[in-house]
Amino acid sequence: MSWFEKLVPSTIRTNSSNKKSTVPEGLWNKCPNCNAILYNTELERNFSVCPKCDHHMRIAARARLNMFLDEGARVEIGKNIKPVDPLRFKDSKRYKDRLIQAQKQTRENDALVVMRGQLKGQDIVAAAFDFNFMGGSMGSVVGERFVRGVNQSFELAIPFIVFTASGGARMQESLFSLFQMAKTSAALTRLSAAGIPYISFMTDPTMGGVSASLAMLGDINIAEPNALIGFAGPRVIEQTVHEKLPEGFQRSEFLQEHGAIDLIVDRREMRDKISSILAMLMAGRTVTLGLTEPEAELEPKPDTEPKPDLETETETEPESMTAEADDNINA
Amino acid sequence: MDLKFLDFEQPIADLEAKIEELRNVEFDNNINISDAIRQLEDRSRALTESIFANLSDWQISQLSRHPGRPYTLDYIQHMFTDFHELHGDRTYADDPAIVCGLARLEGQPIILIGHQKGRDTREKIYRNFGMPRPEGYRKALRVMKMAERFKLPLICLIDTPGAYPGIEAEERGQSEAIARNLFEMTRLKTPIICTIIGEGGSGGALAIGVGDRLIMLEYSTYSVISPEGCASILWKSADKSQLAAESMGITSDRIREQGLLDEVVREPVGGGHRDFQAIALNLRETLIRHMEDLKRQAIDELLERRYQRIMSFGAFSEEGGK
Repeated sequence: MSWFEKLVPSTIRTNSSNKKSTVPEGLWNKCPNCNAILYNTELERNFSVCPKCDHHMRIAARARLNMFLDEGARVEIGKNIKPVDPLRFKDSKRYKDRLIQAQKQTRENDALVVMRGQLKGQDIVAAAFDFNFMGGSMGSVVGERFVRGVNQSFELAIPFIVFTASGGARMQESLFSLFQMAKTSAALTRLSAAGIPYISFMTDPTMGGVSASLAMLGDINIAEPNALIGFAGPRVIEQTVHEKLPEGFQRSEFLQEHGAIDLIVDRREMRDKISSILAMLMAGRTVTLGLTEPEAELEPKPDTEPKPDLETETETEPESMTAEADDNINA
Repeated sequence: MDLKFLDFEQPIADLEAKIEELRNVEFDNNINISDAIRQLEDRSRALTESIFANLSDWQISQLSRHPGRPYTLDYIQHMFTDFHELHGDRTYADDPAIVCGLARLEGQPIILIGHQKGRDTREKIYRNFGMPRPEGYRKALRVMKMAERFKLPLICLIDTPGAYPGIEAEERGQSEAIARNLFEMTRLKTPIICTIIGEGGSGGALAIGVGDRLIMLEYSTYSVISPEGCASILWKSADKSQLAAESMGITSDRIREQGLLDEVVREPVGGGHRDFQAIALNLRETLIRHMEDLKRQAIDELLERRYQRIMSFGAFSEEGGK
C-alpha cells in the first residue's frame, strides 16, 4: 500500500488490498470489511450480510434474484441472447477469450439476468447485474435483456425492478455499449407513460454508464448501505482535481444526503420494503386506469406464458468474489 | 515548432511558412516572384492531400481535438443568424461548457445546444475544457423542453472530452443529469439532429446526443471512453492510446461501417481548422437537408421511428429466434 492509500480512510478506499484477497471456498468465509471469519451457512441465512459489521457483500445476480423473488415458478427472460464480438476487439486479451473466461467463472452468458416471478404474491419482472461478469459492464446483451424485461413488464403491466452492480459501459463493444445507455433509458419512458412502477435498487458498485442511465431513472431510487455509486470513479476524480476526496464520498449515505436517492434499504429488509412500496404504487393504478396507455393491459395475457425456450430457474449459483473486475470501472 | 500544428502537420506548416516568407519578400522588394509562390502553393496542397489521404485512426483522434478546430460558437457565427444565447439551468448556475440558444438556420427558427471548448488558457478554464457539470446538462434539458413547447427543431453540436469528473459534479448528481437527458430526448416532441463536430466523449457526449439523426464530421471521433482512458485500463499503459483508438473504431468512417451513423460530412483538405467557412457550409447544407426531411414527418411517426432506432442499437446473437 502506498503512503497515499494509507492516508485515505478505509471507507472510501476502492482498491485496497483486502478486496483483492479471494474468499476461500468451503465452509468458512471472511468479511472483506471487518475480517471476521464467518460460517458460510450462517452468512447465507443472513443474505450475505456480515453479522458482525453489517457489511453487505457483493453477490451474484442469480443469488440476488433467488433471495428476492418468491420461491416457485420463475421465467427467465432473454436467456438465449448471447454476446458477440462486433469489433473483433483485442487488448492484452481477446474480447472473445474474456467472454469465455467470464462465462466459465460465473456460469452466466452475460452480466444481466432477468426473470419474471413474484414478490409476496405480486407479479413482477426483476433484473440483476452480475459484477463478477466483466465487472457487470453493460454491453449489447445487457441492454437487450434489460429492454426485453421492461417490455414484458409493460405488456403485463407489472412492476420492474433492477439490482445494479456495474463498473459502467463495456469498452470492448465501444459505441455499441455507449448506446445501451440510450437504449435502456428509452425503454423506461414506456413504463413511465403507462404508470408502471420502476424501482432501481443500486448495490455496490454502480458506476459510469450504468449509473448515468437506467440506475438513476427509478420512480424510486434505492441503495444498499455503503454502496459506491457515482459517475466518475474515485481514482479518476482524484487525478483530475488533485484533492482529497471527502469522507464517505460517493457512498449511499452521501448520495441520500445530496438528494440523489430516495432511501437506503438493508438487504435483509429488501423484500418487505419493496413489496410494501409497490403495493402502494400499484394501488393508485386502479384509480388512474382510464389515463394509462391503451396498450397497457392490466390482466396478464395467457399467450405470454413461458415460451418453449424459456426455462424455469430455481437453483442458486455459487458465488465467487474476485476483485479483478474492479478494473472495469470506467466512464 | 508551432503548437497550433500537430506533428504530422509539421511538413505542411514548414512549407506554408516559406510561402509566407516569399510573399513578404515580394512585397518589401517590389519584385514579382508569384510563379515561384504559386508553385510552392501547389506543392503545399499536394502535400496536404497526400498526408490527409492516409490518416491513421490515432491521427484523426488528434485532429478531432485540434487546438485550432472550429467550436460551437464558430459554427454559430458561420451557419446561423439571429443567435440569442440562453443561460442557466434556473436552479443552480450557468455552465459555460454548454452553450444554448435560439437561432435561425436558413430562416427556420431552431434551438441550438452545443459543447464549447476554450481557445486560450483563460477561456479553456472558463469553459472547463468543454467538460459539462450537471447544471450544463440541466440547462440543455430546459431548452430542449422549450424546443418542444414552441415546436422548434433541436440541433445539437457535440464536442467534449466527457462529463466533468469532479467532486461537486458528483454531489450535484452528474449521473442523474445525464440519465434524465437520455430519457427525455427519447420522447421529446420535436425533430432532433445531433452532430459530432469534434470529440464525442462518452456519456458526456451522449447526454445531448439522442435524436432522429446522427451526423459526424469527417475528422471527428465518438467513443465510449477516450483512447487514453481505454489504454490505461485495458493495457495498463497510456502509451497504447494509438492501439486503443484503432481497436475501438472511433472515427466517422469506422462508425458508419458499424451502422450507427446517418451521414459523414466531408471536411476541406487539411481539416476543418484550415477553413471554418468551408466546413460550416458543408455542415449547414447537411443540417438543412435533414431538418426539411424530419419536418415532413408527423410527430407520432417521428417519435416511433426514433424509438425503434434507439432499440436497434446493439450487436448480439439469439438462438431459436425470439
